[in-house]
Amino acid sequence: MSALDGAVKELGPRVLGVLVRRGVDFASAEDAVQEALVAAHQHWQEQLPDDPFAWLVTAAWRRHLDAVRSGTARRRREIADSVDPGPGPVTGTDETLLLLFLACHPTLSGPSAVALTLRAVGGLTTRQIASAYLVPEATMAQRITRAKRTLSRERLTVPGELGDVLRVLYLMYNEGHTGEVDLAHEAIRLTRQLAAATSEPEVAGLLALMLLHHARRPARWTAEGALVGLAEQDRSRWDTTLVAEGIEILQAALSRDRLGEFQAQAAIAALHADAPGARETDWPQILEWYDELLRLAPTPVVELNRAVAVGEVDGPMAGLAAVAAVPETVPRHTAVRAYLHERAGDHVLAQHLYAAAARAAASEAERDHLTRQAARLHTLTASP
Amino acid sequence: MTKYLLLKHYRGGPQPATGEDIPMDQWDPQEVTDHIGFMGHLAASLREQGEFVSAQALSPDGTFVRFGGEGKAPVTDGPFAETKDLVAGWMCIDVESRERAHEVAAVLSSAPGAGSRPLYEWIEVRAFLDNPPEIDG
Repeated sequence: MSALDGAVKELGPRVLGVLVRRGVDFASAEDAVQEALVAAHQHWQEQLPDDPFAWLVTAAWRRHLDAVRSGTARRRREIADSVDPGPGPVTGTDETLLLLFLACHPTLSGPSAVALTLRAVGGLTTRQIASAYLVPEATMAQRITRAKRTLSRERLTVPGELGDVLRVLYLMYNEGHTGEVDLAHEAIRLTRQLAAATSEPEVAGLLALMLLHHARRPARWTAEGALVGLAEQDRSRWDTTLVAEGIEILQAALSRDRLGEFQAQAAIAALHADAPGARETDWPQILEWYDELLRLAPTPVVELNRAVAVGEVDGPMAGLAAVAAVPETVPRHTAVRAYLHERAGDHVLAQHLYAAAARAAASEAERDHLTRQAARLHTLTASP
Repeated sequence: MTKYLLLKHYRGGPQPATGEDIPMDQWDPQEVTDHIGFMGHLAASLREQGEFVSAQALSPDGTFVRFGGEGKAPVTDGPFAETKDLVAGWMCIDVESRERAHEVAAVLSSAPGAGSRPLYEWIEVRAFLDNPPEIDG
């Protein structure tokens, strides 16, 4: 990565944050930062400035003032009154946090907030974000522009809640990695930044959850690209460094005694990580955590996952009784029933349910995985 | 170069293909893996030859929707799961000739199925409409 590329990714969002903090509206601030980065490209070829961040802040601020004075920007869009920069050093951390809270504002839809966060806080290019979402660059540019316009109508001084930020970061983590950019990796990077700036235990909980899930990634896929279920994963391929870090962060968070849903989810992931093999899993303790999670976040998805834990602790029939209480529209409902019926010994029904679950699957990888499960049981029941 | 859409149907084609009647969930698990591997390999080799554009699988639950009139909700019919002819997915290629498009479709149709025999599945080949050429006179 060249010095300028590094600046775009690391310094660009911080400079943007400084301008927004000074009262410049989001879209104008970004224009000014882009122009400052172009200027940097011209001036930094020969020699990097001593303090590239301060250089960029000054350059972007000048360009913003020029734009305001010339009035062109005023004609193009309404600009917030520009205020004089306050005295004192600029650290950048607060600005990044402010940006994060703005980009994850609850007036934006989840996907729009993720795209804007990647652009404004993550420092990714629109092309990179577009490739991650498999949409044309022009489409993604428009989505980001509309999000910025929505924010410009908001009182920018009123940021969203921390919970909104965490939900957007978790959504980003789960978007996966189809393009050249690994969104899970970006989500972890941003959550690390957030965790470094705040001692909120739920931020640590989310970071721990991401790290513990990320640790399993090498074992989650076969060399041919097929999905591997948690119980079948080769645990020797889990990333032990990430597991250790995740558990350490989680324990520190739990010791603060302010439990939240991400800490509870991370605790469940940590119990899986602790088991040397699927058979050694501490299911009774996992079930306790699901009860806790259900209290903190009573959603049908949690109920369904809890039903799986019930099946492990009290047997498949108890698990099926728990599933019966969960709405059938919840994703994976049929797949969980198939699994529990197989464990209960009803292979014919399980085969039928796996096939039905494959037809309802929302991703190719899950569809293929469920088709294989159905095929496996069909072979089992067909052979004498 | 012309782009072609190679359409896979759940049910479709001039007459039922042999082998198509056994649903995938009743194959041997290894046959399922081989079939998916074949598809991935085909996409990779087309990419290698500069002919691959995109490929996409679709959910079998299709719904027909039409305008319901001014101020009214859209009219829907369905969802149907595999009861009508629905598109299962497509592959888009950019190739030099119609013959080449047919060749690729034939390879796609030869994907292994139950008993590791080729599926002989009918693939619908449709050319993209192109830009108008410059005409003198």
